[in-house]
Amino acid sequence: MLLSFDNLTLGYEAHPAVHHLNYGVQAGALVALVGPNGAGKSTLLKGIIGQIQPLDGHIHFDGIEKKDIAYLPQLNQLDRSFPITVQELVALGAWNEIGAFGHLKNCHKEQVASALSQLSLKGFEKRLISSLSGGQMQRVLFARLLVQNAKLILLDEPFTGVDSRTTHDLLHMISAWHKQGKTIIAVLHDLEQVRNTFPECLLLSREPIAFGPTEEVLTDPNWLRARKLNEAFDEHAVYCGSHEAP
Amino acid sequence: MFEFFIQPIADFSFMQRALIGCIAISISAAPVGVFLMLRRMSLTGDAMAHAILPGAAVGFFIAGLSIEAMTIGGIVAGCTVALLSGLVSRMTSVAEDSSMAAFYLISLALGVLIISVRGSQVDLLHVLFGSALALHNDALYLLGGISTLTLVTLALVFRPLVLECMDRLFLQSVSHLSPLAHFSFLMLVVLNLVGGFNALGTLLSVGMMILPSAAARYWVKSLDMLLLSSCLIAIASCYIGLLLSYHAGWPTGPAIILTLGFGYVISFTFGINNSLTSQYTKKKHLSA
Repeated sequence: MLLSFDNLTLGYEAHPAVHHLNYGVQAGALVALVGPNGAGKSTLLKGIIGQIQPLDGHIHFDGIEKKDIAYLPQLNQLDRSFPITVQELVALGAWNEIGAFGHLKNCHKEQVASALSQLSLKGFEKRLISSLSGGQMQRVLFARLLVQNAKLILLDEPFTGVDSRTTHDLLHMISAWHKQGKTIIAVLHDLEQVRNTFPECLLLSREPIAFGPTEEVLTDPNWLRARKLNEAFDEHAVYCGSHEAP
Repeated sequence: MFEFFIQPIADFSFMQRALIGCIAISISAAPVGVFLMLRRMSLTGDAMAHAILPGAAVGFFIAGLSIEAMTIGGIVAGCTVALLSGLVSRMTSVAEDSSMAAFYLISLALGVLIISVRGSQVDLLHVLFGSALALHNDALYLLGGISTLTLVTLALVFRPLVLECMDRLFLQSVSHLSPLAHFSFLMLVVLNLVGGFNALGTLLSVGMMILPSAAARYWVKSLDMLLLSSCLIAIASCYIGLLLSYHAGWPTGPAIILTLGFGYVISFTFGINNSLTSQYTKKKHLSA
């Protein structure tokens, strides 16, 4: 397994957002992470990149390091008013090679130009990101992922607020990455999209509901169970594994 | 013309020293202010300016009008508040502005208490408003040192700092430099406030950070131009403020900050980006 979760619990303060997850992702897998709002999907991705430390359990990586992981945050997590150009933002994808202090070499500039070209962003190089639409911005962030060239790609709601044509283009790119042998985990809400493109699925509702082949996971009984489990935090819940109240 | 603009600087060494000191503050405080504005932390700068007061006051009462003692005191007080508020917010999930407000108020109250118990009103005025025209050589060395250190540190943490402002999650996914960028930046804010209070006082030194960047935003869009133009606005305002102070007999700190304030008013009224005038003027539009 490239990535495995061993009894993983992630959360905020003492409240679990992802509860006792045991699951493994094989190298080269294309996994959709689905579930109702507040199910812990984004929290799981933040746990993988190390932004949130586990309350319990472990995340194991096999054969990859931090530098091999590329992460696409939700669009609303970025400050799009920041005065940076498309070209500069995409070039930050070369962080693993240039780090905090290195200069962009010609090979990096070529990678940036190629990524912009593949995402139909030629002519946008000098535009400030504040002038872009939501779909254009998402293309820019995919271009940065291209430059990162990581083994494991984490996508948090990559198609929210994106038009159908851009969604189609970006899905095509995800399929191309899958064919190249990259491992991809994407948080998605459109179940048709999941059924058509993602062979594997993890249905999460704070607790894992089901995982495996997409058609076996996305069933009505599983969704019903997911919705029932996805309730607000209980402030008076006892500590997990004991009868002791906080 | 020559008598107004050049002669006061050419004739008097105290004016030359004041100008050199203010230029040193301008080229380091203005870029720091740009990042404060971009991180929506402008009022944090103001809070930090209050936070350094007890340290400067303690230095003042221990060693008198000693630039070294006041600077060390200010740095210790400012860094303590910055570190404590940053640590408390990161370890307790409370928003940083809340913990910053709490610590700066404690610090400010402590400063006022020290000055009230130990000093006179004249002392208080000196600490609050500074004295650019009394900058001696040691103060200039200090300002030059702070300026150099700031520019070198900004160059070193520039890339992580940009990501920390714009896309912190991405920075955290590719490196462990997020806390380093954050705390280095807070230290630069403290250093520049401490440098500025010798010339402008604790309350007005934050103006040298915030006003140039706030004005520049109405004229330019890209980050490099924001950094450059905010420095130029700060230097020009210092020059004009010093001359106003000399000719009109006004206190130097308020004269410089009011000049910057006038520049800000001109900018938000007549600037080319989202100013009042540009919003109410019908512009020609392109065909596609």
